[in-house]
Amino acid sequence: MRILIIEDDRDAADYIARAFREVGHVADQAPDGEEGLAFALDRQYDVLIIDRMLPKRDGLSVIGQLRAKGIETPVLILSALGQVDDRVKGLRAGGDDYLPKPYSFSELLARVEALARRRGGRGEETVYRVADLELDRLSHQVTRGKEEIVLQPREFRLLEYLMKHAGQVVTRTMLLENVWDYHFDPQTNVIDVHISRLRSKIDKGFSQPLLHTIRGAGYMIRDK
Amino acid sequence: MTNDAVTTTEGPPHAHDPRVGRLHGIIERIRTRTWSSLSALGKLSHTTAFKLTLVYLTVFALFAAFLLGYFAWNTRRLITEQITRTVDAEITGLAEQYNQGGIRRLVFVIDSRARRPGSSLYLVATHAGDGLAGNVGLLGEGVLEQTGWTETVYRRLDDPEGTEHHALVRVFELPSGFRLLVGRDLDERERLYDIILAAGQWSIALVIVLGLAGGFFVARRVLRRVDAMTETSRTIMAGDLSGRLPTAGSEDELDRLAVNLNVMLERIEALMRGFKEVSDNIAHDLKTPLTRLRNRAEEALRSGKGESDYRAALEATIEESDELIRTFNALLMIARAESGQASTPMAEFDAADIARGVGELYAPLADDKGLTLKIEAGVSLPVRGNRELVTQALANLVDNAIKYACPHESEANGTPADVLVQASGEGDRIRLSVSDRGPGIPEGDRGRAVQRFVRLEQSRSEPGSGLGLSLASAVAHLHGGDLVLEDNGPGLKATLVLPRDGPQLPQPSE
Repeated sequence: MRILIIEDDRDAADYIARAFREVGHVADQAPDGEEGLAFALDRQYDVLIIDRMLPKRDGLSVIGQLRAKGIETPVLILSALGQVDDRVKGLRAGGDDYLPKPYSFSELLARVEALARRRGGRGEETVYRVADLELDRLSHQVTRGKEEIVLQPREFRLLEYLMKHAGQVVTRTMLLENVWDYHFDPQTNVIDVHISRLRSKIDKGFSQPLLHTIRGAGYMIRDK
Repeated sequence: MTNDAVTTTEGPPHAHDPRVGRLHGIIERIRTRTWSSLSALGKLSHTTAFKLTLVYLTVFALFAAFLLGYFAWNTRRLITEQITRTVDAEITGLAEQYNQGGIRRLVFVIDSRARRPGSSLYLVATHAGDGLAGNVGLLGEGVLEQTGWTETVYRRLDDPEGTEHHALVRVFELPSGFRLLVGRDLDERERLYDIILAAGQWSIALVIVLGLAGGFFVARRVLRRVDAMTETSRTIMAGDLSGRLPTAGSEDELDRLAVNLNVMLERIEALMRGFKEVSDNIAHDLKTPLTRLRNRAEEALRSGKGESDYRAALEATIEESDELIRTFNALLMIARAESGQASTPMAEFDAADIARGVGELYAPLADDKGLTLKIEAGVSLPVRGNRELVTQALANLVDNAIKYACPHESEANGTPADVLVQASGEGDRIRLSVSDRGPGIPEGDRGRAVQRFVRLEQSRSEPGSGLGLSLASAVAHLHGGDLVLEDNGPGLKATLVLPRDGPQLPQPSE
């Protein structure tokens, strides 16, 4: 995966780039809006990571320019302004995801991979399959092996999101945002409880667990 | 000696003579009193009210002067016109008499008319200027030679030693060379003119005196109140934010200003208090985990043996910093919610939906702790506000309720352990409430519980930043509502009371 990081904080940019390279991605860096825009127009990237406040050209303006030129590369906005209206503004400007600073790298990585994958287009399938687990998005039926699993509507959406991102780490915040549409930090980890309920429904009594907890990052559904 | 003391007031008082000392004191007192009243006058003359009065006064006086002048001038013109008209008519009549009866008849008529008392003047003279009949004694020089209108001085024939009077006369040449003079005394006109002028002067003087007095009075009244305001604001500026401007309750413009300023001061005071609290709390509550963080890193460096020790220390460090960031975010959010509505987007949303959503999010958590969580919400409960903030506030309340409604304690009370989330409407307000059956909050502590970082004794052992209730309270205030804590007998009932139509601008009457 090829990633462009447009961020004026040199240390932060170096750190992210290094971390991305360590997990096997290619990462370019641009220190300001103008250069970032030139890079993004010039080369092919899978995901752009753009800081909101940049010298020379504001992050939102870079996104606007790209979208105006028909470049639909997914954009993740990084911002020190973690406010409600601020996120809405960023997404409205053409951003695809929004991450307030300070963030953990695992969160950033999970989101960037989700963005890149979305582009790959699993979203259009009507049936998701992971090993012998099957989720039919049209009939809302979930089966494992030959057995039908009855899920609450919210549990269904939770599983749907996890399976859509099968093989990828999904963080708690991502789940809260995408399954519940909540954009705040619930002091207690309520998500864990929901996951453990879901796990008991889909993994209990089967020899091979599918829903894994990734320590320090989140959850992942995978076949292995 | 005494005289000396009077004239040289600057000199030292002559202490050995008590009279001199007393006199000196009196003079000093008069002097300071004069000075203070002079400076008060100077201050007064600088007020807007006084300046405005002066401007209006000048305009008004000029207008009055113009009006009176115009009146006087017009009166004078009218009188003159009337004189010329009657004189003209008389001359025409007299010329007719002359034409019919010759000079003899004219002299006769003039003689009889001149005898009548009044302000009319008549004179018939020969070409050389010798008077034949009439009541005019002395005339201005060359008046008779010139036909037409003249203003002249004259003396009456029956009063040769009297004073000279002014008259407006017309000299007419009869066909045979005789001169006929008819005129009117002008004294009456002048007298009228003078009366009007005098009246004008007096009225203008009166206008000025009354206007100055009025302006003085108004300015002093305004000045006194403004002085009081200035005095108060000075003490406020000096740091005493609890001071308030005096209001008279008269609802005039100054009063409204004072009331509004007081509302503003209240707001500033609240903000300052919040600011101080935040900094105090940051100092207190963030320093502790930061110190812990630092100690842990230091300890790992000093006594860490092998990679696993370092790894454990690093993991703990990350966890600790995440907790710090979380606390910090919550703090910022509260500060932002408290600082006002301007930047918070507001829209209509369904509060019943929020209650259901939050309830559903927390139900498994409650279940895990052996609690039942019930939701009581109607079909729809529209309200105007910020959906995310209200959701977060309610989530905090539910989180708290679950945290403190520990099941074994409830069992000991013999009551069902449950958490109830309710959404209901009540007039122009909506209520989002969360009730638990935990230990509750003693009445005296409820006010303190919504303050930042306050974690009451029994809750010290629970995790959390202790900001849940304060955040809920800040969000309620942001929406123009309130967070109400009540006894649930046993337990706590925390209710977000929000106005349906969203926040209104603060009313000055509050």
